[in-house]
Amino acid sequence: MSSVYEQLGGQAAVEAAVDIFYRHVLNDDRINRFFEGVDMDRQAAKQKAFLTMAFGGPHNYTGKSMREGHAHLLKLGMNDSHFDAVAEDLAKTLTELGVGQPLVDQVLAIAGSTREDVMGRSA
Amino acid sequence: MPVIRFEGDSFVCNDGESVLECLRRNGREIPFSCLSGVCGTCILRAIEGIPPSTSQASLKDTLRAQGYFLSCSCRPTSDMEVALGDGVGARVPAVLTAIEPLNPTVVRVRARAEKPFDYRAGQFASLLRHDGLARTYSLASVPGIDPELEFHVARVPGGAMSEWLHRDAVPGMRIELLGPRGDCFYVPGNPDQPLFLLGTGTGLAPLYGILRDAIHQGHRGPIHLFQGGLTRDGLYLVDELREIAPAHANVAYHPCVRDADPADPLHGAIDEVAQRIVPNLKGWRVYLCGHPDMVTMMRKKTFLAGASMKEIFADAFIPSPKVS
Repeated sequence: MSSVYEQLGGQAAVEAAVDIFYRHVLNDDRINRFFEGVDMDRQAAKQKAFLTMAFGGPHNYTGKSMREGHAHLLKLGMNDSHFDAVAEDLAKTLTELGVGQPLVDQVLAIAGSTREDVMGRSA
Repeated sequence: MPVIRFEGDSFVCNDGESVLECLRRNGREIPFSCLSGVCGTCILRAIEGIPPSTSQASLKDTLRAQGYFLSCSCRPTSDMEVALGDGVGARVPAVLTAIEPLNPTVVRVRARAEKPFDYRAGQFASLLRHDGLARTYSLASVPGIDPELEFHVARVPGGAMSEWLHRDAVPGMRIELLGPRGDCFYVPGNPDQPLFLLGTGTGLAPLYGILRDAIHQGHRGPIHLFQGGLTRDGLYLVDELREIAPAHANVAYHPCVRDADPADPLHGAIDEVAQRIVPNLKGWRVYLCGHPDMVTMMRKKTFLAGASMKEIFADAFIPSPKVS
């Protein structure tokens, strides 16, 4: 059984998904205020790293880097509903790319495993 | 086994080893993150040798054309010389040949490089005055068409270099050039792709180069050029650009004046005019040049209008700090 990352198509899948995903995020009024005024090229690189991780690919995210990377957003009022919105946008992106539900669920599970760190709740 | 040259040292790259692994094994601090050729953190530039195509797969064409590659996924098959992102260029001596007004606040500065100065239309270079004062300007000239280099310089009140170029500089004076840099330029190889060029103020300069370069290289797809100014006086080269369009059926030129009388045919905010004329940018290549706030806004608007992130090239003109 190949990995989730391989089943999705690896790096090519990340390349295909990043524009669609980021466009959904910027169009999503629940969360787009968190992306106001950010450098889009730098942000796109981060989105790619995030998608690679969520797709089960190689990454070097740690709980610590997740907490530090989102601490400023907690101060701006980020909460679980915003995490859910990003997960929804991710699912929508995969569905648009023709990914089947079982794989979508696996990706959402990987992305969901970061929730406590993103929300700064884990030790 | 291939040899990697980096900052004057040579390292043997082991079988199956990436350039990143080789350099790090030898104690060189190269930043990296995903190690899978995606995130772009470990980007390096090949000065000699050709990087394997897999190491350039996720990069913009303009970066590829300049030899950039991702070192984590570069397993070289032959010797390479590599450098960190922005390789330091050498200074090139040059002579000013002409300074003429284009509108009340912008002059066209022409210079002749006295040593080879390889650049692509749309890139930028630093001009150095005899006393070392340096400012960066976009190139408006096109290699292969224009024998001299051309810059468009807006007068910035209190701006040391622009005041000098507007008031004191005369043809015959010597300057130096540093560069070129920047990834905002025309890349041949996709002659049918539609091009969207949008600039405000002297943001026209790189676009004027890119437009003429694209035509010169036989671009066949539609090219829309949007030039924006606050007033009619803020535009320039309008007559020249109006002559290009009828001669080339695929070129459309749209000057826009934000604060013009509503009855003026040029009246309109550039982002609104552009959105009306080209509402869907899926599959387009986008070039944005000028004021940083405009560039930030248009990056987002063009992306949301369907342009792929990899197809948006932007050059924000960030003003230099004032010298007291």
